[in-house]
Amino acid sequence: MTCIDARGLRKAYKTTKALDGVDLKVETGRIVGLIGLNGAGKTTAINAILGLTAFQGELQVLEHNPWTSRDALMRDVSFIADVAILPRWLRVSQTLDYVEGVHPRFDRAKAEGFLARTTIPRKSRVRELSKGMVTQLHLALIMAIDARLLVLDEPTLGLDLLYRKQFYDSLLNDYFDGDRTILISTHQVEEIQHILTDVIFLDQGRVVLDASMEDLEVRFLELVAAPDQAASARSLRPIHERQAFGRAHMLFDGVARERLASLGDVRTASLADIFVAIIGGRQRERAA
Amino acid sequence: MSETPIDTGQKVLSQGRLLYWSLKRELWEHRAVCIAPAVIAAVALFGTALSVLWLPAVLRRIDAGAAKATSDLISPYAFIALSVLVTGFIVALFYASAALHAERRDRSLLFWKSLPVSDRTAVLAKFTVPFLVTPVVIFGLVITAQIALLAWSSLVVTASGVSPALLWQSLDLTVMWVVLPYGLIVNALWQAPLYAWLLLVSAWARRVPFLWAAAPFVILMMLEAMARAAAKAAGAGTRSTPVADFVGNRLLGGMAEAFSVDGRGNDAIDRIGQLNPLRTFTSPDLWGGLVATVFLLAAATWLRRRREPL
Repeated sequence: MTCIDARGLRKAYKTTKALDGVDLKVETGRIVGLIGLNGAGKTTAINAILGLTAFQGELQVLEHNPWTSRDALMRDVSFIADVAILPRWLRVSQTLDYVEGVHPRFDRAKAEGFLARTTIPRKSRVRELSKGMVTQLHLALIMAIDARLLVLDEPTLGLDLLYRKQFYDSLLNDYFDGDRTILISTHQVEEIQHILTDVIFLDQGRVVLDASMEDLEVRFLELVAAPDQAASARSLRPIHERQAFGRAHMLFDGVARERLASLGDVRTASLADIFVAIIGGRQRERAA
Repeated sequence: MSETPIDTGQKVLSQGRLLYWSLKRELWEHRAVCIAPAVIAAVALFGTALSVLWLPAVLRRIDAGAAKATSDLISPYAFIALSVLVTGFIVALFYASAALHAERRDRSLLFWKSLPVSDRTAVLAKFTVPFLVTPVVIFGLVITAQIALLAWSSLVVTASGVSPALLWQSLDLTVMWVVLPYGLIVNALWQAPLYAWLLLVSAWARRVPFLWAAAPFVILMMLEAMARAAAKAAGAGTRSTPVADFVGNRLLGGMAEAFSVDGRGNDAIDRIGQLNPLRTFTSPDLWGGLVATVFLLAAATWLRRRREPL
């Protein structure tokens, strides 16, 4: 089942094209990483998906047009944005009261349960909480909502390592169940690569890579070339090459593992390496 | 792989419930809407409670036949009503000009929009605060403070050996207790476009929405005054000031309509028979204002949908 279906999504601000014809399809039950540099269009894409911004093109999220039926869509979608968006004057207890009041799929007991594991005082106002606590609070709300799609826009920006780890652990262990879909935007690639099932790279408002993690493992290989094999490895046209410890590290897209094996040590490329190769390569092209 | 059946049973909460919680959240955020008039009511009550210490003497004069003193009896009650009314009005003005601006400035707009509450419900809840909550708060506070003052006055009078019955006969609060709610309703309807206008500007302006809301009128009034002064200097004086009249009418016309005999601010009503609901509720100004309110709120809703955090 398709959860998000976008075709030719465009959005232009006065001076920039934030989205320049984005096509993407997210199937139910996937955990998709939306990855790109700052200004690549991640937040704009997410805002369009959530019905927070007008756009051109076709977009269906859970069979809704987000722009025309945001409030109906939000019964099935949860969202955490990059910076704390919980109103600073709100009390923790009021937050629970309010969401329980307006959300038909909110399970208060569940939220209370998550909060009980934290040190967040129930009577505090949001402004009195630390940044990590605000994220914990928001996460507790979100995890208690029986949503079909969860959208996270740089959810752990500015958080301590410990909080970041807890955040993704709770998400995987207590929330994700295979019926839900999660869309995460971030530029902290290493941290989330092990939880993703799919990745989408955005660059200057365009999708430059859209693949499942299994496909990536087959497609992208890193070769640490044996010194005498570097030249013949280069003839296979690596998409990226760097030098480390006196040896050439080359990244190949779509070259069979068997062909590379004779030229040096082959290993699966990390998401970060692929990102640097593809996005960095495009940046260099633009600069040239 | 078989598709997992997902519970799409559209559990939908009633619009009334969404509006109720949206309104409740407004009052959590803007506690001044209730607290400021309450503080003023308490202060006014305290001041008037001191002033009635002289009440026994006044009552003795009335008992001796001084008719004029009767009207003095009611003035502390009128004072309480007026001070709470004015405070409520000022707070409502500030509330309406901040409501759709503050949520964009602190980015909480994204949180509100991440919940299944429509922009229309949100704007309607914000409009309900000055339109309905403030009048109800004013009414409750005024009546409570007046009853407290009446009880205290009776105590003071009794303690100094005058019969409180004399006070109750000379002091007729029924007119005030009928005219006040009537006036609050008329005024709320009258000022509806004012609050809708402030909400619209607060959804639009990037900063200082209150100034943006007032600026066009202030500038026009200044131009009008200058034109008038110039015309006067040239000897062709014109008396009409349509912009200033419009602003004055929209700000205070409701009070004048409700509380004065002729609806223009002359002679305060002192008998229930002087109320003229027929004139008030057939006034084209009132209905024109309500039509404008609908358009202004629709425009504010349209803007809230499109506006992004500042």
